Amino acid sequence: MTVQSATPGAAAKELARREHTTSQRIQHLLHQHPALSPAIILLLTVVCFTIVNSRFSNPAALSLLVQQTAVVAALAVGQTLIILTAGIDLSVGAIAILSMMVTATLAAENGWPAGLALAAGLVLGLAAGVLNGLLVTRIGLPPFIVTLGTLSIFTALALLYSGGQSIQNNRLPALLNWTGEGFAIGRFRVTTGVLIVIGLYVVVGFALSQTSWGRHVYAVGDDPEAARLSGVRSRRVLFSVYAVAGLIYGIAGWTLIGRAGAASPNAIVDANLESITAVVIGGTSLFGGRGGLLGTLLGALIVQAFTIGLSLAGVDAQYRLLAVGVLVIVAVSVDQWIRKVRS
Amino acid sequence: MTATINQPGDTALQVPILSARGLVKTFGRVIGLDGVDLDLFPGEVLAVIGDNGAGKSTLIKCLTGALIPDAGQLTLEQAPITFRGPQDARAAGIETVYQTLAVAPALDIASNLYLGREERRPGLLGNVFRMLDHRGMRDRAAAAVRELGIQTIQNIQQTVETLSGGQRQAVAVARAAAFGSKVVVLDEPTAALGVKESNQVLDMIKGLRERGLPVILISHNMPHVWEVADRIHIQRLGRCAGVITPDSHTMTEGVAIMTGAANLEDNTST
Amino acid sequence: MHFITRTARLSVAAAALTGLVALSACGGSDSGGSASSTDKIGVSLITKDSTNPFFVAMQKGAKEEATKNNVDLTIASGKADGDEQGQVQAIENAIAQGQKGILITPNGPGVNSAIKKARDAGLYVIALDTPPDPADTVDITFATDNFEAGKLIGQWTAKQLGGKPATIALLDLFNDKVVSVDYNRDQGFLTGLGVDTKDAKKNGDEAKSGSYSGGSYSIVCNEPTQGAEDGGRSAMENCLTKNSNVNVVYTINEPAAIGAYNALKAAGKTSGVLVVSVDGGCAGVKSVKDGIIGATSQQYPLKMASLGVESIAKIARGGDKPQNSPGLDFYNTGVALVTDKASPGVTSIDTAKGSTLCWG
Repeated sequence: MTVQSATPGAAAKELARREHTTSQRIQHLLHQHPALSPAIILLLTVVCFTIVNSRFSNPAALSLLVQQTAVVAALAVGQTLIILTAGIDLSVGAIAILSMMVTATLAAENGWPAGLALAAGLVLGLAAGVLNGLLVTRIGLPPFIVTLGTLSIFTALALLYSGGQSIQNNRLPALLNWTGEGFAIGRFRVTTGVLIVIGLYVVVGFALSQTSWGRHVYAVGDDPEAARLSGVRSRRVLFSVYAVAGLIYGIAGWTLIGRAGAASPNAIVDANLESITAVVIGGTSLFGGRGGLLGTLLGALIVQAFTIGLSLAGVDAQYRLLAVGVLVIVAVSVDQWIRKVRS
Repeated sequence: MTATINQPGDTALQVPILSARGLVKTFGRVIGLDGVDLDLFPGEVLAVIGDNGAGKSTLIKCLTGALIPDAGQLTLEQAPITFRGPQDARAAGIETVYQTLAVAPALDIASNLYLGREERRPGLLGNVFRMLDHRGMRDRAAAAVRELGIQTIQNIQQTVETLSGGQRQAVAVARAAAFGSKVVVLDEPTAALGVKESNQVLDMIKGLRERGLPVILISHNMPHVWEVADRIHIQRLGRCAGVITPDSHTMTEGVAIMTGAANLEDNTST
Repeated sequence: MHFITRTARLSVAAAALTGLVALSACGGSDSGGSASSTDKIGVSLITKDSTNPFFVAMQKGAKEEATKNNVDLTIASGKADGDEQGQVQAIENAIAQGQKGILITPNGPGVNSAIKKARDAGLYVIALDTPPDPADTVDITFATDNFEAGKLIGQWTAKQLGGKPATIALLDLFNDKVVSVDYNRDQGFLTGLGVDTKDAKKNGDEAKSGSYSGGSYSIVCNEPTQGAEDGGRSAMENCLTKNSNVNVVYTINEPAAIGAYNALKAAGKTSGVLVVSVDGGCAGVKSVKDGIIGATSQQYPLKMASLGVESIAKIARGGDKPQNSPGLDFYNTGVALVTDKASPGVTSIDTAKGSTLCWG
């Protein structure tokens, strides 16, 4: 047996040269492109459910999938921004409903012109976000507690203002119902609301990835003190995130009118949890500083695809709840595995 | 109150580039700084040493806008100045590497280098759409890292959390060196480094001095301090216990003043 | 901000938030006339909350009867659906004021011990709309027979189909909890249609195909709607994706029905589809009139409350106590089928009459 004499540095060279296992290669690829993971899961979901029931992939069914996801996807944009700053927003649905009910009531009962009523509702959404932002940045309360409180406040205000009654679309001006108008693109049907939501993703996504504000949002979520010492106005950035989110929830409320065919104070009951689920499955970390909007959009689609797919497969309604829960845990586990850093 | 300042011969006539007089900072009932004076002269390396709790970091943070002093006056290039936050100090040309490094772990090296002063694309895309010049920042960051002689960072797009402690320190120092225009402040820059990397940082400090940039250096590593400093400001219990030079006092004597075992007047070596 | 300690900040915020919540709750409960003369009989109406139109209707019915019957009525409610503590306080107020009886829609089993205290103190306690658990916690329950409500729309549907095969979509309330209104209406509907429901307390366990009273049926889906328009729409869309030939849509309430109709309209499938529902609020009756809903079973919250006030007044003046309706463990306050397309053999009232009786 010959003994090779060890030359200095040989071990290091050998280590660098060794082929990485496929698993490590996949992990590295997914680390570089975080939205790839939910994209693959979505693809798998669509393929599997199509195998079970081919109707799943009909253009009509896929169109419905997108339309059904639109409102939660819109809410999840604001939620993503807030979670990126290591916060969380429980008042998501409440702000959307309050904004929507005020707009609808002003238009239907108080005779306001449609544009003015819509503007009032959006400004109200913005104001609600500002309230959240002030409580978080000025009083310094944890976002969970702030939005837990404002959730109750805004929900109560919406119920009191509307008397618990829906306002049907036949009493609403065309501008408010506009988000529900459908039209065909090839063999698919989309609504104006869907296009508005896509536009929201494009605009906010651009701001997050291409502007300094976006960078600062990530920095504040990752390490607020480091950001501050680096000259980022952390408090201002944090405040702006809550305010912008409030406006986004107001826009979501507008698309909800089109979707539901009415302004209803009892709609989107589980909006808060659904928006958080979409963000989490999309790969954005609850600890802040990592993730992005594309993942959130995919996450929202995945959850809805599961719901429809299981329904088409004839699975009982109760089991669907179980399935979504399992989905969340699996998605987050995969995400954790990806994040295990190779140094 | 400052004790007698021992200065190297030819700075006796120079005007300080950065001065602090009577800095006071309290945290509730705790006294951080109890009336501290400090002078930094052009082209020198001023080390600040002191025991734990002596007020070194507090002093530095008051000089760089991270803390706002309760009393006292700062002067930069003979003009009185007040900093409302770290961004004001940076705008005035003072770059700092804090003890905690102040880097965002999830962001990549270039993003960290440009954090808080991101550069936009020229023309319409930058002005109207406010788009960032990602490629430009990446290239310039890579150049800055290379200039410092930091060989070990392979990929400028790595996130900072994937770097070793020493590499992170190097990134923070590179940032200060790249953007510092009047003063560079380093708070414990070699604390987490091995021998080779520490020497690189010390070389870099000397390089800054050669470029004409004055450096304030906090360190508890006495050999490093004695190797690289021109003057040494000793902090003790929130006050300045004296300013010495590596020539006027030995390390042991310096440490004695620092811990209160001796006073400045007691040991002055000729 | 530097010198404000964390504790101070938290206290200020807590106080502010509590203040805001208290202010908003102030609107919730208001005491009716406080003078208690020897002639007037004191009764408390305690609803789940004061914003749901169903409970607002109850309050209206109770007030009208109280004026007619020389009853001193106290209106109270929890701060929101589920607030048991608010209801317990209202019960204790009623006892302290020496009232003769309480009408309550319980928010949960947490109010049971307070109810027992009231009964021990001699007050007569009637549960409205929802029997408490266990049902004998109160003296009697006045409620809608939700099973009967479902049965009426089922019978109506069977006759309307005239022997055609029924392709049925069932749009229920929840998939994450089981509540009596959900299975009673759903199973009642299927029973009225002539389908074997197997376990009448369980949705979704019946055979997916078989025969109903007029021909063959197939059940396409059981989808939850949360009782709102957006849920109704998504549920209907999913059912249509499974089988685009649905011609019978049962819905848990009228907002869900409206959402379902919008889905049908968007798919161009409204002709020949029967949409049925339960509730009979004024908005729902209008939907029947507009042709969105084929028939709805109307329930009478005002009647529940006014009958309740009347009963307590009667007992306090020496009259008889009310009894459970035959065959049921509650007193049935009645339902009526509201439709403009009457089915032979199924009693109904038209929308004009329905609008005069509707609530909300």
